[in-house]
Amino acid sequence: MTADVEAAVAEAFHAEWGRVVATLVRVTGDWDVAEECAQDAFTTALERWPRDGIPRRPGAWLTTVARHRAVDRARRARLGESKTWEVAVMAAAGEDRDVPPDEDVPDDRLRLMFTCCHPALSFEAQVALTLRTLAGMTTPEIAHAFLVPEATMAQRLVRAKRKIRNAGIPFEVPPPHQLVERTAAVLAVLYLLFNEGYSASAGTDLVRHGLTAEAIRLGRVLCALMPDEPEALGLVALMLFHDARSAARVDADGDLVLLSEQDRTLWDAAAIAEGRLRLDAAARLGRPGPFQVQAAIAACHVRDDRATDWAEIASLYDHLFALTPSAVIALNRAVAVSMSEGPEAGLVLLDRLASDGELRAYHLLPAARADMLRRLGRRAEAAESYRRAFDLAGTDAERRYLERRLLEATG
Amino acid sequence: MRYVLMIALDESAGQRDGELAGEEISPEYAAFMKDAAERGVLLGGDRLRLTSDATTVRVRNGETITTDGPFAETKEQLAGYFLVDCKDLDEAIDVASRIPGAKDGSIEVRPIWEM
Repeated sequence: MTADVEAAVAEAFHAEWGRVVATLVRVTGDWDVAEECAQDAFTTALERWPRDGIPRRPGAWLTTVARHRAVDRARRARLGESKTWEVAVMAAAGEDRDVPPDEDVPDDRLRLMFTCCHPALSFEAQVALTLRTLAGMTTPEIAHAFLVPEATMAQRLVRAKRKIRNAGIPFEVPPPHQLVERTAAVLAVLYLLFNEGYSASAGTDLVRHGLTAEAIRLGRVLCALMPDEPEALGLVALMLFHDARSAARVDADGDLVLLSEQDRTLWDAAAIAEGRLRLDAAARLGRPGPFQVQAAIAACHVRDDRATDWAEIASLYDHLFALTPSAVIALNRAVAVSMSEGPEAGLVLLDRLASDGELRAYHLLPAARADMLRRLGRRAEAAESYRRAFDLAGTDAERRYLERRLLEATG
Repeated sequence: MRYVLMIALDESAGQRDGELAGEEISPEYAAFMKDAAERGVLLGGDRLRLTSDATTVRVRNGETITTDGPFAETKEQLAGYFLVDCKDLDEAIDVASRIPGAKDGSIEVRPIWEM
């Protein structure tokens, strides 16, 4: 029984924390009070649910308890305006009874997402606030995930909340003319969370790895709240396609495994299926964007059959380059072209990129070149490029991979 | 909420372009102020003389020290300000983005510390 209740509270915490905090922020206007009252509500649940049973609608139960806590606090504080504040909080409490559980429009969490990711806050602050208020991660956990001292992270959160209050950052979904830009800011925060977790997934660090799950979970919430936003669907699809392969991308020694050599039975078929559904839903909205195109490319890499359609991937990179031109995208396109049209065609594109000089310090440029030269049998030149890539590589796993390739080319 | 929208421009570039030389309110600023007033957000504002006309005053150990020029050498200089009353930061940002100086300079949006 106790284990069941603890599991139910843990589940409610993941599912409902953001909703409870968001509602309390709206009715109290105070972010610290909102977090503390939400925390109290979950503590109360741990005490009461074993005795009274798990409520039919845990989220509504938790929100009501948190609201009562807010009223208690206002009474204790004996603030001059507490009477009117109390009336406002309890009047809002009446909403709970009228709203069916899953019909959350307008949802306070969407307001909270836009406030947390407001461009008037630094990007670091946006990320920290999102994890604290929407995902319910503790300050020490967030500090750990971003490898900064706890005091630094605590200070960052305090400053961000102070700026929200002092500068009048609204708790609102932006008006239509700002919506595209501001939605892009929310998506950028979620994608950063995902990448932080993904880049750590080769290690054993569970907190950092957990960031990928939080990013996907918040992304799903965003899709539910903004069903007509194709880029939100595209981002979730992209994250799912990457995450589906996470178990297969490193071997037992912690070495990177190339996509073509990964054990496909380790891929998460359910995640891939969900990604495809979301990408299809995005396509039906008829408004392509960078996340949708990246997801489409990732989808090509997780097809059931082994034959990857490199011509299709090259054309998707063309599309992506047109939306967001960058040298890295041009490099990826060159690799796709080398796979569909042959290494010579790829080398022509790489030479053009190298002469631009923008990727001078990027190890994947010589690595791609080395690979194309190897496929052409030009082993001495390939070895030289592998050596250059090795010198520029940032992580041990990458260096070990390049070393293996270098040995193959010279051996 | 009240905000000060501070307009920072590069004076040397402005003088070169003749932009800061005019004595009259430019049609662009006149249009901005008309719109902001009609919207009901504009409380006031002024254009400032160049920093070459500025004097900086400090009192140290009871002694008043007066120096020529602005309080800090910066790439852009304060050229003017508007005082506005907006619903929230989003509205203040929207108003700031319509100030003509936002196109070549910067607008700093500072909330008033209400006492």
